Amino acid sequence: MGAVEILLLVLLAFVFVFGVGVVVNNRRQQGSLPPAAKPIDRTGARKSQVKTGTILEEREATDASTDEGVEADEPEIEAEPAPGTLRDRLAKARSTFSGAIAGVLGRSGITNESFEDLEEALLRADVGVSITEELIEGLRSKVAAKEITEPSALLDALQEEMASRLRGSDRALNLVERGEGEPNVWMFVGVNGVGKTTTIGKLANQQTIAGRSVLLAAGDTFRAAAAEQLQTWAERSGVEFVRGSEGGDPSSVIFDGVEKAAANKIELVMADTAGRLHNKSNLMDELKKVRRVAEKGTGQVTETLLVIDATTGQNGLIQAREFNEATEVTGVVLTKLDGSAKGGIVFAIETDLGIPVKLVGIGETIGDLIPFDPDDFVNALFER
Amino acid sequence: MFDNLSDRLEGIVKKIRGKGRLTEADVDEVMKEIRSALLEADVNVTVVRSICNRIREHAIGATRSKALDPGQQVVKAVNDELTRALGGETLSITFAAKPPTVVLMAGLQGSGKTTNSAKLASWFKAQGRQPLLVGADLQRPAAVEQLRTLGAQIDVPVYSDPGDPVLTAHQGLEEAKRLGRDVLIVDTAGRLSIDSEMMEQIRLISGAVTPDYTFLVIDAMTGQDAVQTAEAFHEALQIDGVIMSKMDGDARGGAALSVKEVIGVPIAFASTGEKLNEFEQFHPDRMASRILGMGDLLTLIEQAENAFEQDQAEQAAQKMMDGQFTLDDFLDQMQQLKKMGSLGNIMSMMPGIPKELKNANISDDDLKPIEAIIRSMTMEERTFPKVINGSRRQRIAVGSGTQVGDVNRLVKQFDEMQKMMKKMGVLGGGMPGGKKGKKGKKGKGGPQRPKGLPPGFNFQEGAMGLPGLPGTPGMPGMPGSPR
Repeated sequence: MGAVEILLLVLLAFVFVFGVGVVVNNRRQQGSLPPAAKPIDRTGARKSQVKTGTILEEREATDASTDEGVEADEPEIEAEPAPGTLRDRLAKARSTFSGAIAGVLGRSGITNESFEDLEEALLRADVGVSITEELIEGLRSKVAAKEITEPSALLDALQEEMASRLRGSDRALNLVERGEGEPNVWMFVGVNGVGKTTTIGKLANQQTIAGRSVLLAAGDTFRAAAAEQLQTWAERSGVEFVRGSEGGDPSSVIFDGVEKAAANKIELVMADTAGRLHNKSNLMDELKKVRRVAEKGTGQVTETLLVIDATTGQNGLIQAREFNEATEVTGVVLTKLDGSAKGGIVFAIETDLGIPVKLVGIGETIGDLIPFDPDDFVNALFER
Repeated sequence: MFDNLSDRLEGIVKKIRGKGRLTEADVDEVMKEIRSALLEADVNVTVVRSICNRIREHAIGATRSKALDPGQQVVKAVNDELTRALGGETLSITFAAKPPTVVLMAGLQGSGKTTNSAKLASWFKAQGRQPLLVGADLQRPAAVEQLRTLGAQIDVPVYSDPGDPVLTAHQGLEEAKRLGRDVLIVDTAGRLSIDSEMMEQIRLISGAVTPDYTFLVIDAMTGQDAVQTAEAFHEALQIDGVIMSKMDGDARGGAALSVKEVIGVPIAFASTGEKLNEFEQFHPDRMASRILGMGDLLTLIEQAENAFEQDQAEQAAQKMMDGQFTLDDFLDQMQQLKKMGSLGNIMSMMPGIPKELKNANISDDDLKPIEAIIRSMTMEERTFPKVINGSRRQRIAVGSGTQVGDVNRLVKQFDEMQKMMKKMGVLGGGMPGGKKGKKGKKGKGGPQRPKGLPPGFNFQEGAMGLPGLPGTPGMPGMPGSPR
């Protein structure tokens, strides 16, 4: 480490420590006022980023020869494919439980290994340590009390227990009869890359087929081309579409969407939002604002759907908690369940937070977004 | 992002640290907790088992050992295992003898391939290369559009053809040769590892461009499935490295640990924020020390070197030593600091930052009032804050949209800081000149500051000192000294 490096480090530390110190002290002085009190200007910060090094014209000039065909042809999606079932889709990747099931059934009685097999299968399905322990303990005590004696009964008992934990929630999407010009607003929130925009696209199509008038509002003003992506979906379903400028204020896009829907007597506004990590407080504050502003006009937020990727691990519970705190989540959409991931985190989300899973995504076509059925979901895990 | 995991482990080992004797029952107890800490961090079940077995062996050994503090040995075993699991060399990119060097990006939907393709291009550009991006994701609506926008932001050309992904990739390669671009980055559509048709397609793309590096992009929040996915992609494509995306979340990083352990390829890059420059090479050893709460100074220095103007920095440091560092200089340096990325990210690399600060959740926006206050001062006030009287204070507060109290505090703290700096300057100047800063690494000259923040660093009182960074006090006459 040369002198220059050390020097930099010192300087850095100084500037950093001083800056942060002042912030922390100010917060103390304000009597631990939450940061929400400050005007949040995420878009500003993001905008300035967009500016850096953007030499679009020049680039296009140098690169004109390669520029044909900006519009990628979308693979044609049949309007209404036969809706797949969860079981069909999950059948592709059953290995998580099938090993354990074979293990349990392969023994003449119930041994310690039987429990270990099941425990491992549950953990591999991302069910989480504490729920797994609860489930296994429950089984152990039933076996100890001689309520269960056969290996196959052990599996049945586990399957039943898991399904019963999920039964009984209201999973219908909430669309309230309201006056003309007073749209319902469904908001979609979640971390980056879980499939919010795709979910909206599919759901918009289904709602249109069900005879509802729908407007899509492109509240993701951050990710490059997110609005174009949503617009493509809007065109496919022939629904209204509202967007703002890239880097613009998402709240105003949603507000405009509600206004336009009200003016055109559209029943349902689906509001896309930019993916954000739940530990970024400024972005979560922005989301709170979007939700507030959505109800500023004649609109009413009747669903706030948290989209979670089935591959998500134990962090999913933290995501659900944080998004719920910020926007009062009314339901979960579990996407990408057609992969090898099992989405076991929903057990924790339902049990700990009481938020029902309302929809699951099991493929890429429009029909592949289906209502969540606890028994199907659990059966699919236990497919023998 | 590994903070939670390291906190958890710290808590566990605290219980046994300092125990004179360890019984096997103690070990069982600890192992159970370590196991669930790892599982809750999404470390793969199989990997947890093997890590735990090895730690257990050490721990049992420790129960029999006559050495002092067997607890400490267990702690060491945990640390060693984690470092080993994560460990290995940093992947260094070898450029193809005959350009372009081709990089293929693969991964599940939503893992961040497109964003990371652009980030990688930007990284190559910073290395003095001339990348060309190829948008071969023709599946997701507007994916190519997204890549084009990002490409424009970093001034890297993007090639795509709406026809066929394999053809696009191939033409992209030809295009790179024609334009003389020396790095080709091929973005592909997200696909499920169990979708045989799509996996065949990416194999064809790979065949068409024969990549020098195939990177798998994995979301840091992935659970147990990370390993399955990685195995499937590795089998189909021979993965050379992993790019961990969304590392700025609060996931505990088990996916990162597991993937390395199971498919044996290194984590090459980590994406640590939404800005296109928040992307760094992954250094396993440095990450290990981050997990163990020791900070990551090397990365910090590298980033600082990129962000700070060297001459300016030297001048500023000189002024600091002489006690002539003004609020204006501070403002300047703060702008440079911002170029390094988010404060939270910088903080995560600094050693010895107290938990209370880390949890304060400071965002870059919090610095704005400070900036506003300084900007509302005249040059005279910035240079000699002492002239700021009641009416000036009032004016500055109004001008910056803050309270008089805020202005007061800033001025007062700055004053204290300046005094502190002067002292350090004197201290540093008193050291023999020949030693440069190097010795300071051992804390030489830093009176009773074993590590972390110095006693002067007291937020309660508003007094601010320089953290006891290695080498801080032992920097004799550094400014202007020959490199």
